Amino acid sequence: MSRVGWIRIVVLVIAIGLLELCCRLGLIDHRVVIPPSQMADALVRLLISGQANDQIVRTFGIVVVAALISVVAGFALGVVIHALPRVRQALDPFFATYYAVPIFIFYPVMIVIFGLSVIPIVLMGVATAIVAMIIATLNGLDRVPRVLSKVARVHRMGTIATALLLKLPAAAPHLFTGGKLAVSYAFIGVIASEFILAPAGLGRVISDAYTDFNNRQMYALMLLLIIVATVVNMLLHVVDQRWAERRGIAKP
Amino acid sequence: MTATVAHQDVHASLSGVTRIYPAAAGTQAVHALGPVDLDLKRGEFFAVVGPSGCGKSTLLEVLAGLQQPTAGTVTFEGRSVTGEVPDGIGVVFQEDASFPWLTVWDNAAFGLRRNGVAAAEIRRRVDDALAFMGLTEFARAYPAQLSGGMRQRVCISRTLVLQPRLILLDEPFGALDAQTRLLMGDEVLRLWRRTGATILLITHALDEAAMLSDRIGAMSARPGRFLDIVVTGWPRERDSTIVSEAAFGEITGRLWDNLRGESMKSLGYSGMAAE
Repeated sequence: MSRVGWIRIVVLVIAIGLLELCCRLGLIDHRVVIPPSQMADALVRLLISGQANDQIVRTFGIVVVAALISVVAGFALGVVIHALPRVRQALDPFFATYYAVPIFIFYPVMIVIFGLSVIPIVLMGVATAIVAMIIATLNGLDRVPRVLSKVARVHRMGTIATALLLKLPAAAPHLFTGGKLAVSYAFIGVIASEFILAPAGLGRVISDAYTDFNNRQMYALMLLLIIVATVVNMLLHVVDQRWAERRGIAKP
Repeated sequence: MTATVAHQDVHASLSGVTRIYPAAAGTQAVHALGPVDLDLKRGEFFAVVGPSGCGKSTLLEVLAGLQQPTAGTVTFEGRSVTGEVPDGIGVVFQEDASFPWLTVWDNAAFGLRRNGVAAAEIRRRVDDALAFMGLTEFARAYPAQLSGGMRQRVCISRTLVLQPRLILLDEPFGALDAQTRLLMGDEVLRLWRRTGATILLITHALDEAAMLSDRIGAMSARPGRFLDIVVTGWPRERDSTIVSEAAFGEITGRLWDNLRGESMKSLGYSGMAAE
């Protein structure tokens, strides 16, 4: 592991240790925050008991579906918008300001339309994630060197072969970044929607635990979400990093 | 000024070729090239020099079939070039056109795989091309791990494996430093001798053109036309050491005499050019 990696781990361990110490010494009220060791203990017990398995499967399943829809549809829309410069000009201001709008205000509308089911949650996940993928696709396609189109013509490649064999790989680093963002945003969109109003799911269980002052369950599930989101992001980051190094694209 | 040769020796030709870029929103039509007449002799090394923006690259792209001429005809091996790059023409561009997602070996093999060549033949040709270009030990490296000159050699290898009979080089060493350019020039001369291909080199460097070519076409400022065709008279076996010969200075001097005024014109120094 690199020196920076070790520093990162040390900082994390110190932060967790400090929190543990503050909780144990009573500097932080245990009714507000429980020690990290108790959070971990509660999570292990919860997982072993299988009590929350249905909720875990449901929520992560919805995240996966929302992320997949966002990546696939975002890429397809990005390709279409890139091919239509006037449409793109018209849409650019919306993309630029999209994340400045609190899109959760539309969640009640979706519940009214689709009912209190999985669909509004998936749609919120997609709505949160898809624009990141569209923007990444547009950026990626913008950065495909023009000379590759000439190379394609020299090799007498058709439109589809050029797109699949040259443009797609050339744009791939940007698409991957878009995918990475889409996964993170899908997590946020789904969990937040469940937290606001849902018949089930981790967000709903955390919300119930919060209302019932059930700190052990609340922090256990929060820890689970943090671990899963961090691991998924770290895995994607490692892949992205290796890819970037191979291509000579410096990424911090 | 036309650059024509006896008919039986003609490998590729441009006849009365003009290229005008049509007016687009907010811009006027641009008469970039011509009319130009040029016959490339089979197996010769022909360079085109001229001021920036004179239509050199347009000439190359029209000859390659990457652009349609507004007027005139283009032929390669007796057949008209229309809208598609004919089989047998290879192009190396000024920009880095290596594929960063493929290894050096896979970059070189790209065209052969596209053409459905048998795996054993691909291996033979690619290994041979990489050895010839001094890239064997970098076969598993990615372009990002190579210098600019080596990346350009990767692109040349990718062209070389397809065994083109006419190689078009569009300022391939433009982004390289002077010493690397001289050495790359030696490599191109070795490649030319070995393949027997006809080469058309577009360059803004007079010394590069004088060192590499059998004939050099000096072009006017836009719209580009040939002002002079300089025959260098170099032997086929030559390398970058000829830059120290007296004739080399005479050739570059003659080219500069032709181009000084045109270059000033293209930069907007019309008053100075007249002095």
